[in-house]
Amino acid sequence: MGAFKKFAVAALALGGAGAATLWWLALPERLGPDAVAALGAGDAARGQRIFDTGGCASCHAKPKSEGDARLQLAGGLELKTAYGTFVAPNISTDPNDGIGGWSLEDFANAMLKGVSRDGQHLYPAFPYASYARMKPAEVADIYAFMKTLPPVAGRAPSHTLAFPFNVRSGIGLWKLFYLSDQPVIAFADGTPEKVLRGRDLVEGAGHCGECHTPRGFDGGTRKGQWLAGAAAAEGQGIVPNITPQGTGISGWSESDIASYLETGFTPEFDSVGGTMVEVQKNMARLSAEDREAIAAYLKAIPPHPNGYPAPQPKPAG
Amino acid sequence: MRKFVLAVAALALASTAAFADVITDRQAVMKENARQVGTLVKMVKGESAFDAAAVLAALTALNDNVQKIDVAASFPVGSDKGDTTASPKIWEDPAGFQAEVDKFKAVTASAVGAPAQDLDALKAQVGTIGQTCGTCHEAFRVKKG
Repeated sequence: MGAFKKFAVAALALGGAGAATLWWLALPERLGPDAVAALGAGDAARGQRIFDTGGCASCHAKPKSEGDARLQLAGGLELKTAYGTFVAPNISTDPNDGIGGWSLEDFANAMLKGVSRDGQHLYPAFPYASYARMKPAEVADIYAFMKTLPPVAGRAPSHTLAFPFNVRSGIGLWKLFYLSDQPVIAFADGTPEKVLRGRDLVEGAGHCGECHTPRGFDGGTRKGQWLAGAAAAEGQGIVPNITPQGTGISGWSESDIASYLETGFTPEFDSVGGTMVEVQKNMARLSAEDREAIAAYLKAIPPHPNGYPAPQPKPAG
Repeated sequence: MRKFVLAVAALALASTAAFADVITDRQAVMKENARQVGTLVKMVKGESAFDAAAVLAALTALNDNVQKIDVAASFPVGSDKGDTTASPKIWEDPAGFQAEVDKFKAVTASAVGAPAQDLDALKAQVGTIGQTCGTCHEAFRVKKG
């Protein structure tokens, strides 16, 4: 949040020009000229790594696609949440139904600011609250890679959301609290490069916190319980605590974590399950160094107790 | 009336107890699968040396265990309640679940028929088995706290 906007929030609190200020604060904010210049040219080969880290295909390819079909980004996956059903849109290079007509600047505004080409707020089901922490060059790289993918015709259905979540201007206020390009975990000087590389992957493109961190009533992630595990946003069950505390992976070594991301087997030789199956397939495409960096970061972050309620007592018998 | 209530209570207790056994039994099957797969994964990770005889022994034990899985007996209706991570989807989509179980049986049977003779082959074989675990656990298991 810029200094001017902070001032505006203060003015609002003082009972200034209430409604008008609120309206103005909720306006979609695009990247400034400096940020656009920082994007650079982009490199498709580097972009593939970011594309896999983000798992873009897991939501934007047609559900259950395998092989080359995973690179046909026609959308259509439904996310059934408490707010309503979000549908992943077509982000293929089709100029009419996809984003083939978007410039790098348009794309970067979506990734880093959550603003569509026509200037609308995007819903944070598209995890730009994480992508906002990506480096500008990474955004240019992923754009260059996605330009190499085939166009696919056909629009995915619209979201079906309940009031008040169907009012997009509300997202503008949400962004004042939850959209930031700053890292979640600040590390001291001299922190190993490996940990910082892991931070870029986990907090940025990998958007691990979107499922592994509990959310407040307003849908924002609680940074004080970063990666502490959460009730699943879809359906039943929980998403495990991946900090060095609690009942998730606190007993795992760095090599256990890296090996799980590569093979899908836990140290007890149980297998990956749920929505993590797709994530693990994506992580298996990264380099061993990247998986080790993720593991190093997860061992370096602050420990937290589980971020979801304890299970109900077992029924008798 | 009192006798009737007691009978109903006893019946209810008996059926939950029965499901508790079903749940414990099927979890034991999964634990045993993990133990055999563990022998193979340790070789893939380089924690133990490749040993063709041990590979065949683990694959055989795994396959014997997997062929015994009987969906009707191990996943009766109502056994989604209790201390279990079985997803209700097992009973919402019984044909889909049966197809996953059948695929698992086919994968372990063909692995026993052509057991890996070197480490690279073992990596591929463990990869196939692991993916079979994963696709079923993706759809039909729910992690609980």
